[in-house]
Amino acid sequence: MAGLIAIRDLALTFTRDGARTTVLSGLDLDIEPGEFLAIVGASGVGKSTLLRVVAGLVPPSAGTVRLSDPEPGRRAVSLVFQDSRLLPWRRVLDNVAFGLEKLRLPRAERRRRAQGALARVGLADLAGRWPFQLSGGQRQRVALARALAVEPHVLLMDEPFSALDALTRESLQDELARLCRAYRQTVLFVTHDIEEAVTLADRVVVLAGRPGRIVAAHRVAGGQPRDRSAPELKAVAQAIREDLAGAGVSQNLQTAD
Amino acid sequence: MRSRPAAALLPLVGLAAFFALWEAFPRLDLVNPAFLPPPSVIPEAFLRELRSGQWLMAIGGSLGHYLGGLALGIVLGIAVGTLTGMSRTAEGLTAWIVRVLRPVPGLAWVPFAIIWFGVSPEAALFIVAVGVFWIVYFASHGAIRGVDRDLIELAAAFGFRSAPERLLTVVWPAATPGILVGVRTAIGQAWMAVVAAEIFGVAGLGQRMMQASTLLATDIVVVYMLTMALLYGVFDAAFTALQGWMLRWRA
Ligand SMILES: Nc1ncnc2c1ncn2[C@@H]1O[C@H](COP(=O)(O)OP(=O)(O)OP(=O)(O)O)[C@@H](O)[C@H]1O
Ligand SMILES: [Mg+2]
Repeated sequence: MAGLIAIRDLALTFTRDGARTTVLSGLDLDIEPGEFLAIVGASGVGKSTLLRVVAGLVPPSAGTVRLSDPEPGRRAVSLVFQDSRLLPWRRVLDNVAFGLEKLRLPRAERRRRAQGALARVGLADLAGRWPFQLSGGQRQRVALARALAVEPHVLLMDEPFSALDALTRESLQDELARLCRAYRQTVLFVTHDIEEAVTLADRVVVLAGRPGRIVAAHRVAGGQPRDRSAPELKAVAQAIREDLAGAGVSQNLQTAD
Repeated sequence: MRSRPAAALLPLVGLAAFFALWEAFPRLDLVNPAFLPPPSVIPEAFLRELRSGQWLMAIGGSLGHYLGGLALGIVLGIAVGTLTGMSRTAEGLTAWIVRVLRPVPGLAWVPFAIIWFGVSPEAALFIVAVGVFWIVYFASHGAIRGVDRDLIELAAAFGFRSAPERLLTVVWPAATPGILVGVRTAIGQAWMAVVAAEIFGVAGLGQRMMQASTLLATDIVVVYMLTMALLYGVFDAAFTALQGWMLRWRA
């Protein structure tokens, strides 16, 4: 099976005022169609940087990132940020349609797809609102709808729920799991929340060290929806915690209560 | 706490007191009525100006300079502000030009305006446009420079990567509030430039005020002062309404 994303020997070095910081190095990663892959790592290890490189926002310093070729009207990848980054001057529906405007789709088609994406995240009736009229959870759902509307081969998510309260976070996690299963959406999900990773992902990759590299990978058995308190999940979470402790960074990680 | 109707009346009471005092000074011969006409003679002076056709001609001329200069200054101010706000090269190239030209007051351009355009509507329009340009330029430049990098990254993430695409999808919309603040300031400042330009003889309110003052027809001077205040009020109110509508997406 051809991977949708193939990362080979990736390195990323920032140069600023002559000082060089290598954030990522020697990174290899493949993402298979339909897979939900989570990357777990401490703050500052380079998770966001990795997603930026995959999204083509930052060129790699070495190595390659190969993406699949999207069909017309789709994108290879689309991104959900930690902050919703809605455009405050666009109504909700126009925010969702944002990425579609680049895809040269007819107006009616853009509208139809934006409405469809908004309905999928359960916010069809908020289409006419301004972003300032939404709650944090609703804003994040709209950001998810915007990313889904372009029908990406791989949905990239950068700690999308970390700014939400625990209740909202869990309901959005459940909803994301349901959506991805229903549409067989491939996801690359970055988080520092180990419980979130094992609840959502089919595979969890652990990023640690300086520069950041992959120190371990775990498969999480079982389909969705998952029982958060299942002992199998606890066991994987424990193993990840030990991987991170081995890399000497566990103290930076958020631990579940 | 004062009751609401009383609070609403307060400004009117103040205004009435102001006019009463103004009326009293010349009437009680505290000042020479030729130097300060009482407000009661203003309506009659206004009607004289209106009947003779002078009033309409004056405001027609002034509105032409005002609106023309405002439009030109706003368009150029936004265009240049956008360019230097988006491009470091353009900003670097213009840094010293801006530093040298900015402190030159709009009025200092009058000699050149007259040399280049003669005592003509174009000269007045030019002087108005210069003043408006700087105000709108600085507002636009600052607003564009201040656009959140995260929004530009968002645009790039969805494929809008060229400068024109960035400009249309995020930079201009995000900079709109800041640009509009500059435009509103310019709408007020432009009246000063209009009067200044016309005092040098271009037909309009300012010229008519100068003529009247040389004849000591101070009542007519006051008519035009009030006319200007009224026109400014109308434009500012209309613009504020437009601004509110354009920025209705803000909480
Ligand atoms: N533009 C940049 N220039 C220089 N250094 C940078 C730049 N962007 C990020 N870094 C550095 O790269 C490292 C990784 O940053 P990154 O944002 O990818 O971390 P992260 O894993 O996403 O952390 P968090 O969980 O806090 O979001 C950090 O040490 C950061 O200081
Ligand atoms: Mg990050």
